[in-house]
Amino acid sequence: MTAVEPAIETSGLVKAFGETRAVDGVDLVVPTGGVYGFLGPNGAGKTTTIRMLATLLQPDAGTARVLGHDLLREPDEIRARMSLTGQYASVDEQLTGAENLVLLGRLLGFAKADAAARGEELLDVFGLTEAAGKQVKDYSGGMRRRLDIAASVVVTPDLLFLDEPTTGLDPRSRNQVWDMIRALVAAGTTVLLTTQYLEEADHLADRVAVIDRGRIVAEGTPGELKRSVGSGTVHVRLADPAQRGDAETVLARVIGGEVHRDADANALSVVSSDLERVGTALVELSRAGIAVSGYRLAEPSLDEVFFALTGHPADVDEKGEEAAA
Amino acid sequence: MSTTTPASDTRAVPQALTTRTRPKRPGPLSTTWTFTWRALLKIKHDPDQLYSSFILPIMFTLVFTYLFGGALAGSTSDYLQFLMPGILVMTVIMINMYTGISLNTDITKGIFDRFRGLSIWRPGILAGALLGDALRYTIALVVVTLLGLLLGFRPEGGVLGVLGAVLFLQLFAFCLGWMWNAAGLVLKSPESVNQLSSMVLFPLVFASNVFVETSTMPGWLQVVVNVNPITHAVTAVRGLTGGTLTAEQFTWALVACGVLLLVFAPLSMYLFRSKSLR
Ligand SMILES: Nc1ncnc2c1ncn2[C@@H]1O[C@H](COP(=O)(O)OP(=O)(O)OP(=O)(O)O)[C@@H](O)[C@H]1O
Ligand SMILES: [Mg+2]
Repeated sequence: MTAVEPAIETSGLVKAFGETRAVDGVDLVVPTGGVYGFLGPNGAGKTTTIRMLATLLQPDAGTARVLGHDLLREPDEIRARMSLTGQYASVDEQLTGAENLVLLGRLLGFAKADAAARGEELLDVFGLTEAAGKQVKDYSGGMRRRLDIAASVVVTPDLLFLDEPTTGLDPRSRNQVWDMIRALVAAGTTVLLTTQYLEEADHLADRVAVIDRGRIVAEGTPGELKRSVGSGTVHVRLADPAQRGDAETVLARVIGGEVHRDADANALSVVSSDLERVGTALVELSRAGIAVSGYRLAEPSLDEVFFALTGHPADVDEKGEEAAA
Repeated sequence: MSTTTPASDTRAVPQALTTRTRPKRPGPLSTTWTFTWRALLKIKHDPDQLYSSFILPIMFTLVFTYLFGGALAGSTSDYLQFLMPGILVMTVIMINMYTGISLNTDITKGIFDRFRGLSIWRPGILAGALLGDALRYTIALVVVTLLGLLLGFRPEGGVLGVLGAVLFLQLFAFCLGWMWNAAGLVLKSPESVNQLSSMVLFPLVFASNVFVETSTMPGWLQVVVNVNPITHAVTAVRGLTGGTLTAEQFTWALVACGVLLLVFAPLSMYLFRSKSLR
C-alpha cells in the first residue's frame, strides 16, 4: 500500500491583523486519521490558523493542502468534505435545535424528510431530543456546544476542525464531547482539535503541536512532549503534620531537588518523573516510621510545558489579550 | 493510528456518527428556497419584529392625517389620499432596513461562518433572506392598506392599481435591500447597522415627497428631493394607486431601482467575497 497523503500540510502560513502577527509562519503536517491536537494559550493563533485551514480566512502568505486540495485554488472541494465547529457556537439562536439540523441537512442536499430523520437521529445521539423544539437561545452552554458539533456532522466529514470544543463545559459534558470525538475518529474522520489543556490533548490526541505567539514551538506525541518537558510533580500527604520536617529530609535525600511545603500542613511536594525513585522514597518514609496517608503524581501542567518550551509562562501575553478585546 | 480508547459509557459507537452518505450538492433554486424557509421560521418564532414594523407607519398616518392634514391639504380626507401611497413606501422601507441588521447578526453570531464553510451556491444566502423579506412586505402592506381604507383612503386606480403598487414596492425593496446588505457586511455590530440605517433613513424619508408635494419646497431642497430614490418610488406608487401613472414617472422609478441595484448589489457581492476565499 502506498503512503496515505496527510490530511493537512501547510508551509509558512502567515496571517497578520494590523501590527499583530497572529500566525507567523506555521508549518504543519497532520496525518490522516486520528486526533491532532493544537495546543496553545490565549491569543497564540489557534483560531486564526484553523479559520484559514477551514477556508474562512485568506492567508497573507504561505501555502496549504487540505484533504489533497490546494487551499487557495480549490476551497470548494475542501468545503465539501470538511466541517468546522468554531470556538463560539455557530448555530441559529432564533431557530430550534431540530430546525437548525434540518436547515443544514437541506443545504447539504438531503430531501426534506431525510433531513428531518437525520436531524432526529443526531439530536438523539447528542442527548438533545427533549430540547429539540426549543429555540437555541434558551439552550445552556453545553447544549449549544453539542448542537454545534451535531451540526458539523450532519454528513460525517472526512476532516473535522474543533476549536476549543470543551472550554467552559462541566466534566460530564466534556466527557460526552470526548466520546463523540472518539466515535468520529473510529468512523474514519480526522479531527484537528485546539485546546488550552494539556490533559485534553493527552487524552485524545495522537499527535500534538504547541503554538505560541503564532509559531509552532514543539510537535510530537503527547508522550514525547511531556518527556521533553521533563518532570511531573509528586504530592505526598502525611498522617501527622508533626513529621513534616523528617519527611522533607527523606524526600530530599532519595528524590533530590527542592522539596516544597504545601499550604496544607500535612502535605509536601517535589518535582520528579522518576517513578522508581518515588517508589523508593515511599518505602524509605515508611521505614523511617512516617505514615503516609496518600500520594499523587501530577502530570506537568500546561504552564510547566510552556515554561519549559518557551521560557515564559503561558498567560503572559498581555498585549495580545488586549488586542483581542 | 487512531485512538482506540472505548467510550466511557457502555453505549456502542453511535451508528449515527459513522453515516457518511453525502447527497448531491443542491442547486441554486433549492439553496435559495432553504434560506427562504429559514427566513420564514424567523417570522414564525419572532413575530414581534413584524408587528413593530407596522407601528411607525400607522402612527405617522394618524398623526399626519389628523394633526397636519387640514393645514397641509385643506381637509384630512384629501390629505389621506395624498399621504397613503407615501406611507406604503415608508412601511416597506422600515422593514427593509432589517435586511442589513439580520445579515450582520448572522456574521457576528458565527452562523454565517458555518454557511461559508459549506459547499453551497452562496448568493442563495442573501437571495433567500430577501425572499423572506418579500413576505414581510406583503403582510405589512396588506395591514397598512386595510387601515388606510378604514380611515377613508379611496385609491382611484382600483384593485389593479394597488396590486401594481405592491408589486412595484417588492422590486424597489429588493433593490434597496442591497444597500443594507452592504452596510451589514461592513459594520462591526448589529447595533451600529441599526444606528446607521436610522440615521440614513429618516432624513431620506423626510427629504422626499412622502408627506408634501415637491413643488411646495424651496428650490435647493427640490434638487435634493428629486435625486432621492424614495421620491421616485413614492411618485410611482401614487401614480399606480391613483390610476394616473405616466410613462415618464414609471421610467424614473425603474431608473431609481436600477441605480440602487447596480451600485449596491455588486458592492455587496464584492464585500461578501472579500471576507473569504473565492
Ligand atoms: N479579527 C481580528 N482582528 C484583529 N486581531 C485579531 C483578530 N483575530 C485574532 N486577532 C489577534 O490575533 C492573535 C491570535 O488570535 P487567535 O484568536 O488566533 O488566538 P487563539 O489561540 O485562538 O486564542 P484563544 O485561546 O483566546 O481563542 C491575538 O493576538 C488576537 O488578538
Ligand atoms: Mg481561539
